[in-house]
Amino acid sequence: MKIVVLVKHVPDAQFDRHLSGEGHTTDRDESILSELDEYALEAALQLAEARGGAKAGNKVIALSMGPAGAVNAIKKSLQIGATEGVHLTDGALAGSDAAATSLALAAAVRHLGADTPVDLVLTGMASTDGETSLVPAQLAERLGLPQVTFASSLEVDGGRVSARRDADTHSETVEASLPAVVSVTDQINEPRYPNFKGIIAAKRKSITTLSLADIGVDSSQVGHAGSWTRVTAAEERPPRTAGTIITDEGDAGIKLVDFLAAQKLL
Amino acid sequence: MANVLVFIDNPGQALKKSSLELLTIARSLGEPAVAVNGELSDDVAGTLGAYGAVTVFRPSAADLDDYLVAPKAAFLAAVADKSGATTVLLENSPEGKEIAARLGIRLSAGVITDVVAVDADGTAHKSVLAGSYTTTAKATTAVTVLSVKANMVDPEPATAPGAPETLTVDVPADATAAAARITSREQKVASGRPDLTDARIVVAGGRGLDGDFGPVEELADALGAAVGASRAATDAGWINHDAQVGQTGKTVSPQLYISAGISGAIQQKAGMQTAKVIVAVNKDAESPVFEIADFGIIGDLFQVLPQATEEIKKRKG
Ligand SMILES: Cc1cc2nc3c(=O)[nH]c(=O)nc-3n(C[C@H](O)[C@H](O)[C@H](O)COP(=O)(O)OP(=O)(O)OC[C@H]3O[C@@H](n4cnc5c(N)ncnc54)[C@H](O)[C@@H]3O)c2cc1C
Repeated sequence: MKIVVLVKHVPDAQFDRHLSGEGHTTDRDESILSELDEYALEAALQLAEARGGAKAGNKVIALSMGPAGAVNAIKKSLQIGATEGVHLTDGALAGSDAAATSLALAAAVRHLGADTPVDLVLTGMASTDGETSLVPAQLAERLGLPQVTFASSLEVDGGRVSARRDADTHSETVEASLPAVVSVTDQINEPRYPNFKGIIAAKRKSITTLSLADIGVDSSQVGHAGSWTRVTAAEERPPRTAGTIITDEGDAGIKLVDFLAAQKLL
Repeated sequence: MANVLVFIDNPGQALKKSSLELLTIARSLGEPAVAVNGELSDDVAGTLGAYGAVTVFRPSAADLDDYLVAPKAAFLAAVADKSGATTVLLENSPEGKEIAARLGIRLSAGVITDVVAVDADGTAHKSVLAGSYTTTAKATTAVTVLSVKANMVDPEPATAPGAPETLTVDVPADATAAAARITSREQKVASGRPDLTDARIVVAGGRGLDGDFGPVEELADALGAAVGASRAATDAGWINHDAQVGQTGKTVSPQLYISAGISGAIQQKAGMQTAKVIVAVNKDAESPVFEIADFGIIGDLFQVLPQATEEIKKRKG
């Protein structure tokens, strides 16, 4: 199987995150591999391992689009177990919205499938920065492929993928033919950590760098020029400040109700 | 006047409040048309007219629910072309966002999700980075696709109700070709409590409940609130995953969020820090949740919650 896993480098949510510049884009200085993409990577590794792993010719390609720093998300993916890395990087990509991002990623996936076709594109359920969940669906539409989103379990068998999905009012099983685009939730598995062996092995794995020219995309189709939405203003919300803190002396439940009554919340 | 298209998926016997909200917003932007998938009862058609819908478009196929989003997006794109809509409004559910996503590509239209308000010129307001920024965004394309959060406007019927014309639009022949098929579906039992995402009050519990959601549920019922949970509580299987609030769960913006036995990790805060008022009950004075609580109680939730529940019942008489 040939699986492409989309891995995004995102600002670490543990720290304050900022929007900057004319386009109000996220500041990516302190970036890490998006935690939600680790579930997609784990799902890919499990599918590959069940089929004999890399030795049997199974490929798990970690693909990241982004500036120089994005290579760190790819390196971490290789340490965790991806067989190869692909870094789509080009100055013109900066500031791409979901539409422009999906256009570039679709071209990259087509490029990677030029010799042997890609069977599956796996992604996290959302990026932890933009959080729109638009890219998997837009990628599927651009590639003309079925999308299976928010999979909480996944099986691939005989050219078909089937998955469980959990919605508020119901759970469902869905099926699609391969190739397909699948996004997975954090319920699907327990992602593994890179171990010493993996870190050493990663040093020998290749990372291919692709430019827009390599994938046949014109710079006017991506970045601010190719985006279909524009952020016109961004304002930092004042951080929440702590209010009244009391220690229970046997009557805190009543004080809580007093507070709710005073706030007209009862 | 600009044409605005509202998508309503399976309205059932009566329109949901969130659909009425979309129609209300649509009227502030132009002349509303509606695309409905599924049954259209006379009552619903009447309400659509009362809310100003001029035209109601229905799909030529009845099996769109058998697939994940793609054919719905294809139908909606066909309706947008036919109606000349310059703005399309959808619900901000996961499915609504995905239909919006695919529709955006089909129409070469900018998509903005998680919208909390729309100006008359189509500028959308939303909050990003776990509520730490408020932003305005605008599509640069001829058509704009917006998925709008619930509870952002009060639904208001039109001053001059009409009787909308109903038209059938062909679902493109290729719509199901590249779509995932739903092979089975199990309905979940309804809790009888308000829906978490649009509840006015949420009472949420975490690992501190130690397996017993009783005190949280009782307080929620006394307040008419929805029940939420941290991931530690859902992962432990104490409550269904649907109840999870946070980065990988639901985002809620209620009037009041009561957090009990939850430490307040960044991923949990991501889902609730736009609540108007936050109350926290936690044994550990060092818990980060106290940094954002309007009213914090350092104490044992098994004492505090039942006492509060009793007091509310007493006051409500
Ligand atoms: C990729 C990723 C996504 C995640 N997404 C989410 C998400 O969407 N939502 C989410 O919630 N978490 C999420 N998490 C997990 C998050 O990081 C925390 O682990 C989780 O929120 C902790 O839950 P908790 O606060 O209930 O448990 P703990 O952190 O264990 O805190 C329990 C708290 O209960 C208090 N307590 C114990 N007993 C009592 C008592 N009797 N009375 C009062 N207080 C008591 C303790 O003092 C403690 O503060 C995610 C993590 C990752 C890595």
